[in-house]
Amino acid sequence: MSESVLTSEKGIGRSPAERHRPKGDGMRGFMSSSRSDYVILAIFALAVLTMPVWLAPIGAGYPDILQKFAIFGIFALGFNILFGFSGYLSFGHAAFLGTGSYAAVWMFKLLSMNALIAVVFAIVVAGIFALLIGYVSLRRSGIYFSILTLAFAQMSYNLAYSVLTPITNGETGLQTSRSDPRILDTMMGADPHILRTPDFFGIALQGWPGFYFCAILLILAFFVTMRIKNSTFGLMLFAIKSNQNRMNYTGFSTRPYLLAAFVISGMYAGLAGGLLAVTDPLAGADRMQWTASGEVVLMTILGGVGTLLGPVIGAAVMKYLEQIFSSFNEGFLHRSFDFLPTGLQDFVVTIVSPFVGEGWHLTLGLLFMIVVIFLPGGIMEGIAHLTRRFRKGETGGSGQTARTGH
Amino acid sequence: MPIETPAWSRRRLLQTSAALGAGLAIPHVFVRNAWSQDKVFCNNPTGGTVTLGFNVPQSGPYADEGADELRAFQLAVQHLNGEGDGGLVNTLKPSNLKGNGILGKKVAYVTGDTQTKSDAARASAKRMIESDKVLMISGGSSSGVAVAVQSLCQDMGVMFMAGLTHSNDTTGKDKRRYGFRHFFNAYMSGQALGPVLAEEYGTDRTAYHLTADYTWGWTQEESIKNATEALGWKTAQTVRTPLGAGDFSQYLTPVLNSGADVLILNHYGGDMVNSLRQAVTQFDMKSKQVNGKQFEIVVPLFSELMAQGAGDAVKGILGTANWDWKLDNEATKVLAKSFGEEYGSPPSQAAHTCYVQTLLYANAVETAGTFYPPEVIKALEGFEFDGMGNGPTLYRADDHQCFKDVLVVRGKENPTNQFDLMEIAKVVPRDQVTYDASIFGGELGPSDVKGCAA
Amino acid sequence: MGALAQTPFLSSSRKLLEGSLVGSMDAIILQILNGLDKGGAYALIALGLTLIFGTLGVVNFAHGALFMLGAFCSVTFARLLTISERVRDESVTFFEAYKEIPYLEVWYGDTGRAIVDWAVPLSILLAVPFMLLVGFAMERGLIRFFYKRSHAEQILVTFGLAIVLQEIVKYFFGANPIPLTAPPALAGSADVGALFGMPNVSYPMWRIVYFLFSLAVIAAVFAFLQLTTFGMVVRAGMADRETVGLLGINIGRKFTIVFGIAAVVAGLAGVMYTPILAPNYHLGMDFLVLSFVVVVVGGMGSLVGAVVAGFLLGILQSFASMTEVKDILPGIDQIIIYLVAVVVLLVRPRGLMGRKGVMES
Repeated sequence: MSESVLTSEKGIGRSPAERHRPKGDGMRGFMSSSRSDYVILAIFALAVLTMPVWLAPIGAGYPDILQKFAIFGIFALGFNILFGFSGYLSFGHAAFLGTGSYAAVWMFKLLSMNALIAVVFAIVVAGIFALLIGYVSLRRSGIYFSILTLAFAQMSYNLAYSVLTPITNGETGLQTSRSDPRILDTMMGADPHILRTPDFFGIALQGWPGFYFCAILLILAFFVTMRIKNSTFGLMLFAIKSNQNRMNYTGFSTRPYLLAAFVISGMYAGLAGGLLAVTDPLAGADRMQWTASGEVVLMTILGGVGTLLGPVIGAAVMKYLEQIFSSFNEGFLHRSFDFLPTGLQDFVVTIVSPFVGEGWHLTLGLLFMIVVIFLPGGIMEGIAHLTRRFRKGETGGSGQTARTGH
Repeated sequence: MPIETPAWSRRRLLQTSAALGAGLAIPHVFVRNAWSQDKVFCNNPTGGTVTLGFNVPQSGPYADEGADELRAFQLAVQHLNGEGDGGLVNTLKPSNLKGNGILGKKVAYVTGDTQTKSDAARASAKRMIESDKVLMISGGSSSGVAVAVQSLCQDMGVMFMAGLTHSNDTTGKDKRRYGFRHFFNAYMSGQALGPVLAEEYGTDRTAYHLTADYTWGWTQEESIKNATEALGWKTAQTVRTPLGAGDFSQYLTPVLNSGADVLILNHYGGDMVNSLRQAVTQFDMKSKQVNGKQFEIVVPLFSELMAQGAGDAVKGILGTANWDWKLDNEATKVLAKSFGEEYGSPPSQAAHTCYVQTLLYANAVETAGTFYPPEVIKALEGFEFDGMGNGPTLYRADDHQCFKDVLVVRGKENPTNQFDLMEIAKVVPRDQVTYDASIFGGELGPSDVKGCAA
Repeated sequence: MGALAQTPFLSSSRKLLEGSLVGSMDAIILQILNGLDKGGAYALIALGLTLIFGTLGVVNFAHGALFMLGAFCSVTFARLLTISERVRDESVTFFEAYKEIPYLEVWYGDTGRAIVDWAVPLSILLAVPFMLLVGFAMERGLIRFFYKRSHAEQILVTFGLAIVLQEIVKYFFGANPIPLTAPPALAGSADVGALFGMPNVSYPMWRIVYFLFSLAVIAAVFAFLQLTTFGMVVRAGMADRETVGLLGINIGRKFTIVFGIAAVVAGLAGVMYTPILAPNYHLGMDFLVLSFVVVVVGGMGSLVGAVVAGFLLGILQSFASMTEVKDILPGIDQIIIYLVAVVVLLVRPRGLMGRKGVMES
């Protein structure tokens, strides 16, 4: 596994493609997946599918949060194809997530509760939307590109919340109801007036089946990302990131590649949005707000930009903070620090409580600053540091250690 | 996860009912319990505790309101467990509450942050249901969140006792069998406020509406517009403002030249604080004369926190409220004392409704003699009670909306203390705000859902 | 014609045309006034942002947070002035209920009350040194380590800082908006229209004060940059950072001071904005996206552009909110700012006044 670190002198995340060379343990050849890639995929798949077991001790062993880990993992993976590989920082990716959700719920309402149809439609609609926005936004680069994507996403959000209410159901969010036509289901003889949960050919996708559905798609998405990274196309993106001008001078038109990356990552977002609707058939406009776009940026950076695994880890850490940290109230803290003597216990609880419960945002902000300051390569860089420390001497002058901190 | 009701809880129930000595009730409870025993339902509690989930905004603009709701929930749990002074456990009539938890199980609770966003609220509610095994979820500070969580609870087969939500949709178009609302709604605000407005400002008035551009704003605008037009008022214009606009000056400037002599602000939270403050302190509207009449401003839904945020601007402004700690009845005094002694401030109306909802749920479980939701729902549907601070109250079976007196309040001119921000202008009797359940459509759906136990 | 007149577009544009000319002139003048005070705030925030970007090359996502901190300087100062004697309300027995009378009022009577009334403008006295310190601390403690890092990382670390700052404010001041009032002499509305023979045009005094104040601050910043040697170096740095560095001028110190000035400008914008908008802890985030749009529309690195774009967007936003316009284009007031940004970036990517090539690749 090679990690590209987002550190550079100029421009957004000029990842060194020149460092992107085959190493002993990683990228062997760009065109085809090597055997070690399949090993990584197998380990990844195993780790994802056994999450219910090994995440249970830290309170994350229940279906909803694991669904969210998988779904936002897909979202971040897709975002990383654009930002991590090509260096284009989109601040509006939440728009595609939201579009995917709305598309999926509309499928539930109009055609069928079958998750497959909804997910495919979500991907297609988000892809088309991404094509439109990407075509316009990619006329610019750098921070101008970021602001363009941000502007499009904010327009989508504001309109979805207000004047587009007939399509989006505004603040309340789009839901399925018993009066929906559901043409396919009715043709298949199902009673449309019984409200069902989305299913995959008969398996209701709530709870654990829902998680495994998302997990399998996450593994698939991971595999596709891996193939993209190792392909000529992936190499092109890394080259654009490292120096777009040089690419242009060689007579290469970079825009088709960028647009393809943009649309692919938009489709990933659409898939994630569709899955949000599958596991919970309600689509709200909040999903499109700029803070939601910012969230996926945070996830990617937190985990490690340009790495394969990083965004997935980043997504899980973010969702864990949001879900679990926010639920620690003072009563919980007192129980957790029960082993301490009373006075000390109160003291510790007083110190800790601003950071949990309603203060979880503070922890998020601090964590984020710490990562950006000391670990620009995110959690993956931290892991790499640790591994390197283990086999000291082997990689003494790799040049990456010097890039942390000041 | 399917968990069978263990035999001992049935025995325990029998003991409890025997201890009550209500001879008539014994066979009844026995039969019902025997019947529900083989029912599988979501999060059937097996141990000695029962967990409730309190889902409130802890971040975002309503965080302070959420914090107050959380205080109320904690107090309610204390009182249910027989700690503290017992609060309204002692005043509820008719009551089956015993002050030893719910059905003898100690009440525990978990909390979560809705962020005032549907997605976050549902994720938080799902955590409570799937991970913490809660039987009931309560809380919330906005209608979008309430509707979203309510429909989730219906799907999961978990009771939802709504906190502060004022949209007609919660118990109208989007009502659910598993959802119950104690708070009043926009329609009732209109019905209560209308006659008072006519009394104070006359029937020859022209109103200008500024409305937050989302579902709740629209239902309130419609309700108030209908109520005022029925009195003979005219409506000059209804203007939608973006949620969280902050600066409303561009929407306020046309008001004085529009021919309207009343401004109605269908805003809540930060929007209301800003639009009201700007209208009063900057555009000086309260001191203007239009059509030979004093210009007036009305804020149909008021809350203490908003009054605090709006400062002096709120003086003399009419609006409606669900409850106020200065109401002159026994239960209100008991709650204000209990809450005030615990936290050093009076409960807000959001806190009150959350507290009451928790007690009402517990009481319904005790009445039903089981946690099995369909039975609890039956116990709540059509439940007529008193002693919760609002006078005689009915939980209507048709739409799960509480009907009780509605307060018309006015921002106080000369507050005697820092909590004394509103005075009660009128208590509008319950039958004046009662409406036909069918006017908003919607359907409750089934009570027998497999939910998360499936 | 009859059939056409029924389309919303024609009927409302006709309404606009046929409506009494005097009435619509009033409305237009009022909306321009609206745009001016809003624009004043946008311009001040964007000015500081551009100053930081132009000289230091840093994209500061914590700039909205500085605006918010300025607003809370006002809150703090007002609270200090209104430290109060508490007169217990004996009618309430089960919690501390009291009426507050500021000691200033108790001790100095009307003079004291006047000081309390003028709390907001007076809090500039606190805001200037405080914001300068905050700016220095931010630059020395954090930003300077990011001069050589990518813009993406600058955005991210300052965004993290913005979250931390707002959560700290939330911890101390709560989430509820806090009301602050303008001095009574400057509260209420003024009949500005009387000056032009338009009796129906009256506008809030404090907003006019805010507009004038923003002009004064903008003028002061420009004067400072134009007339002092320090300003000359800063301007030279904005034009060509590397050469200035080569000339042996100690850029580091200058950077700290520039950052401090930008923080003060944002802070002052926040201080004086409090009577218009009751501040709460996420005020900064509300203004953040907007101020970036202003900077981009004006042209990255162009100070004049930031000011012009600030006022322009303020006025456009006001016009988009008019019912006559909304009838033709529903929801336009929700998206106008972003729409302008998109159009400007596509038609003239360097912004209205930006130099070619800044940040383009």
